[in-house]
Amino acid sequence: MSKIISLADLRNIKANIEAKMSLRERSETPDSMVQIRVAMATCGIASGAKIVMDYLISELDKRNIPAIVTQTGCMGYCYAEPTIEVTRPGHQPLVFGFVDSKKADQIIEKYIKNGELLDGIIPVNYENIEGK
Amino acid sequence: MKDLALHILDILQNSVTAGATLVKLQIEEIPSKDEYLVKLIDNGKGMDAEMVQQVTDPFFTTRTTRKVGLGLPLLKQNAERTGGSMTIQSEPGKGTEVDVKFIFSHIDRLPTGDISGTLALTVSSYPAIDFIYTHNTPDGTFIFDTFEIKETLGDLPINNPQVIAFMKDLISDNLKEIKAS
Repeated sequence: MSKIISLADLRNIKANIEAKMSLRERSETPDSMVQIRVAMATCGIASGAKIVMDYLISELDKRNIPAIVTQTGCMGYCYAEPTIEVTRPGHQPLVFGFVDSKKADQIIEKYIKNGELLDGIIPVNYENIEGK
Repeated sequence: MKDLALHILDILQNSVTAGATLVKLQIEEIPSKDEYLVKLIDNGKGMDAEMVQQVTDPFFTTRTTRKVGLGLPLLKQNAERTGGSMTIQSEPGKGTEVDVKFIFSHIDRLPTGDISGTLALTVSSYPAIDFIYTHNTPDGTFIFDTFEIKETLGDLPINNPQVIAFMKDLISDNLKEIKAS
């Protein structure tokens, strides 16, 4: 029988992560990172927001893009769920609708990496979701 | 909702919105009594008796972005579909407890789904909130406590992608060990 993962393994992982972290990454503040908020209310979850969030977290890590992915509530675009709000450092937040893992891949490759706009943007005027 | 884990992901948000700092999730599998119990306890701002009455009404919500609130009504429906029930106890200023009972052997009991993913995503999204998850089966008990995780991590943030992946593995591995259904 294989060994069960325990908290002791976390110590190793912690040492690993810290060893790999460059000085630049350590000094990184949330403002200098890409921030993504996935709408995760009942409507979002039922439409598959969890899969999208899982995908974003693992892919951004794989592609070495420092980002913070968090959950947020319903923005009122229940028809377009799953929706995500992407804020690139120094840019206005953008909301994308009907995001599945394929769309999320395009958002990472085109918008997050290069700033290219793509289909599926929901035009909104607001400061941020919570402050709406 | 396709599985129980998605319901939990949804209902945990209520506690977060209520300003809780400690959220407890307890799942108890008792095949001998033919019960599958899910309990959510938070120390958020709570609700008065009138609001407790209203929350299972699909047309009640505290949101201003839309007029319906389906989280708790859908969970209640799924519990009752198996012959189980959902009760809510709450006191303003103290917190809220949601108790859901499913009938273990009922064919309509939702599959458990990805509990480990649900927990990992929620925990990493709200670093300031502590979560304690207890899962009981006849084969044993597993306790996942973010106090311990945060203590081990020190100043490494809990929303580091590799830490999220670790928490997922930790939970799913241990759930397998106690033969969680």
